[in-house]
Amino acid sequence: MGQRTKDRGITYSPSGNGLLVIILGLPVLAGVAGTILPAFGYLPALGGLQPTAAHLAELAGQPHILRSVLVALAAGLITTFAAVAIVGTFIAGFAGTPIFARVHHLVSPLLAVPHAAAAFALAFLIAPSGLLVRLVSPELTGFTRPPDWLLPNDPLALSMIAGLVTKEVPFLFLVTLAGLPQLPLRRARQLMAALGYGRLSGFLISLWPTLYRQIRLPVFAVLVYSVSVVDVAMILGPQLPATLPVRIAHWAADHDLKMRFLASAGALLQLFVVFAATAIWLALERIGKFALTFMTLAGTRLRRDQLLRATSGLAMAGCGVVIFSGLGALFIWSVAGLWPFPKTLPGAITAKIWLRVLPQITGPLLTTVGLALSASALALVIAVALLHRDGQGGNGASYKLLYLPLIVPEISFVFGLQILAISIGFTPAFPSVLAVHLLFVLPYVLLSLSAPWRELDPRFERIAAGLGKSPLRVLLTIRLPLLFRACLTAFAVGFSVSVSLYLPTVLVGAGRLTTVTTEAVALSAGGDRRVIGVYALVQAALPFLAFLVASLGPQLLFRNRRAMRI
Amino acid sequence: MIGRARQFITAAILTLGLAGEAAAIDLNDWNSVVAEAKGQTVYFNAWGGAENINAYIRWAGDEMKARYGVTVVHVKLDDTAKAVATVVAEKSAGKDHDGAVDLVWINGENFAAMKREGLLFSPDWATKLPNWIYVDHETKPTVLTDFTIVTEGLESPWGGAKLVFFYDSARTPTSELPNSAADLLKWAEANPGRFSYPQPPDFTGSSFLKQVLTELIHDKTKLQMPVDEATFAADAAPLFAYLDKLTRLLWREGKAYPQNYPDMKQKFADGELDIIFAFNPAEASAAIANGELPGSVRSFVFSGGTLGNTHFVAIPYNASAKAGALLFANFLLSPEAQLHKQDPKIWGDPTVLSLAKLPAAERQAFEALDLGVATLGPDQLGPALAEPHPDWMTRIEAEWTRRYGAAN
Repeated sequence: MGQRTKDRGITYSPSGNGLLVIILGLPVLAGVAGTILPAFGYLPALGGLQPTAAHLAELAGQPHILRSVLVALAAGLITTFAAVAIVGTFIAGFAGTPIFARVHHLVSPLLAVPHAAAAFALAFLIAPSGLLVRLVSPELTGFTRPPDWLLPNDPLALSMIAGLVTKEVPFLFLVTLAGLPQLPLRRARQLMAALGYGRLSGFLISLWPTLYRQIRLPVFAVLVYSVSVVDVAMILGPQLPATLPVRIAHWAADHDLKMRFLASAGALLQLFVVFAATAIWLALERIGKFALTFMTLAGTRLRRDQLLRATSGLAMAGCGVVIFSGLGALFIWSVAGLWPFPKTLPGAITAKIWLRVLPQITGPLLTTVGLALSASALALVIAVALLHRDGQGGNGASYKLLYLPLIVPEISFVFGLQILAISIGFTPAFPSVLAVHLLFVLPYVLLSLSAPWRELDPRFERIAAGLGKSPLRVLLTIRLPLLFRACLTAFAVGFSVSVSLYLPTVLVGAGRLTTVTTEAVALSAGGDRRVIGVYALVQAALPFLAFLVASLGPQLLFRNRRAMRI
Repeated sequence: MIGRARQFITAAILTLGLAGEAAAIDLNDWNSVVAEAKGQTVYFNAWGGAENINAYIRWAGDEMKARYGVTVVHVKLDDTAKAVATVVAEKSAGKDHDGAVDLVWINGENFAAMKREGLLFSPDWATKLPNWIYVDHETKPTVLTDFTIVTEGLESPWGGAKLVFFYDSARTPTSELPNSAADLLKWAEANPGRFSYPQPPDFTGSSFLKQVLTELIHDKTKLQMPVDEATFAADAAPLFAYLDKLTRLLWREGKAYPQNYPDMKQKFADGELDIIFAFNPAEASAAIANGELPGSVRSFVFSGGTLGNTHFVAIPYNASAKAGALLFANFLLSPEAQLHKQDPKIWGDPTVLSLAKLPAAERQAFEALDLGVATLGPDQLGPALAEPHPDWMTRIEAEWTRRYGAAN
């Protein structure tokens, strides 16, 4: 890869990037410091001035802490493994087929659904009093009262893993799609088929290593996210004990302010859990590589892989069906009057809640869209500038700083950031909230864009350079149009990240900037399914529109250039 | 660079701060407060989890704008501790003036914490509000002591709360309803899986533990003081013996709990639970009116008494619109605002005023309120048990987590 970069002949000194990375990375590091220091007892506002290990000891003494850690770790690893396996198998089995396009259209809007909304949707379906049981009760089951099943919130975190997988599969799928056009898919398929390989094993041997390299960073983002997720875990995860991130969230929100020290100690532990998960994943990668080499050398053909392929197709489609029917259930709730169990449909339908909520949602809606548009546009420009200048596709060491917000658990990192923002005189207003959103949005945008950026065939630009075009011209007329789809996808990813940000918006905005998400989370504390339904649907609709633009845009813009469509 | 900016800003804040100190608020000259408040914007940090409450706050804000030219912005929180966190962050950053929080809806532990850490606007301001003359501090002691912590006028009462149980008369015969915590255990034995409480440290769930503790502890006076570690195990033994028996009989056999009151209400509506409870006697009537609960839902209390308390509004020490916050707190205490709030069609939150102290017209308006089909009248609510010292809640929650925090 490094070889190719040099060949391109458009590498620049990284000093400008270094400055940008420092300006962007510094607040993150300061936020981390503001998080870590209290873990060792330093938080002057609460009288903590002496370094001490007492808070770490207190953390170790928390009841059932080991189980909280292990469940979070296992759920994160299983989620990531399942999501990678489903997406990998599906791409291997179906890329280039008509089914692929159909499932693509079903699954990609899912990326737009915020995690919390998807979790609510799943909970509404699978709960003993949920839609699925209502559909068959009492006729088939005989239940006139909901059965006493521990679902969701099962102790093994299976419902939480299911919820996370349905959300992470679309993310990985779309990131993979952005890189797919760079692969010699058709030729490799023909070659492997001629050699007698099944579709899956042929893809696995010929294309998977390159593809996986492209999506590796997003895979780690999925891993870190799943290990430290709070909102989904609160809705679907085990409660006794809750996973570590949820417990940190509770400690940070405890009425006893001294618990903030414990929360910070927990955040430090969470950091180690994330490291442990990463280490285990790296080991899994090694094992996978070894197995693949073994398979290649052994010449395993795996001709009969129909069942496996069908399963992956079903799993992909299942993600879409589950979330969409869950959203359907949310919609019914949003217009429901009294809806007692086991009635399949509510006794009365009313638009009361929508009529009451819509006038109030306009302000937050404008703020949300304003923040998301500015943050993702700014992030896209910065990402393009960074990638263009260093040409490596975001693999330089200094980039790692930008990915910090993905690695540090948001819950306590933001507390440190809040103190910093106030210290340097930021008043809680649009620009300061935008700055914080940018910190979270940029890594995702960079992540989505860097792989396709790196993998773009350099010969286009070499030809253009050979024709005497300036690097800027090459960027504007060759690279960006070729990466138009990837740019739009990155923009949409950034947009949806911004829309779903809760803690940074509330803490740095001091709650003065209300977005659809801050309203939704505040209202979800009230648990009224009708109001939650309205907000979750509005919240889901926003990024959905962004992704719609991202997927339709290239088709409209490049109507007359067939090769640039997918 | 940032260091220099910080120095500059600190200097600027200090300068502004000094200017602010010069015009200190004179609580004894209410007209000057009204004059200073004009044009201010009050950021009212309050739980935003219920549409009806948000609508009430919107109404109050509109009135403030129309009458005094004060803008009220409702900063909707999912947890009051977030507002406390904001003030903590500001204090640690040295921002002692122009803070982001002007008024906060608060009580119990959050108040205790803010008072202890010196985060509250500190003269005795609440009792100097003009509308304080109507407040019932004689028969409602919780107006002056918030969970045993003396308020010292650092917070102004806003509404009352009383623990009340709800059941569906179409599902559960009235004759079988429990009349005490001990009774409730017997009821749960006969109806396994049909009762639960929000998972501590949720406020409502912890309140249930305190209710049982208050009923079962041998020496009730101990609850009015901080926990005595030496005798805690023995003091709390009856509570945990009770919970050891109850847990297996709970919804999902105590392997999961509702997360908060609204969650518990939803499970009641879904038919998963048969008896629930709330800290606002009007909750059930409001939910019926809202189409969330069937019209057959009714209330009951224990004849031996249930917990009662008061919730308040407080001003952080570094609030930027103190005059506006004072004026708003006074408005919230006015007979008009309190009457509007107690109307179950609006909110249904019990007033902190004494009807006897009100002018005749206002008193009649209160008496004429239709409290709703599922709301018990003031005379049916039974005796109010005092809240234990906040220390008890903390210790009991920790002990609860140790014992029941990992179900298998």
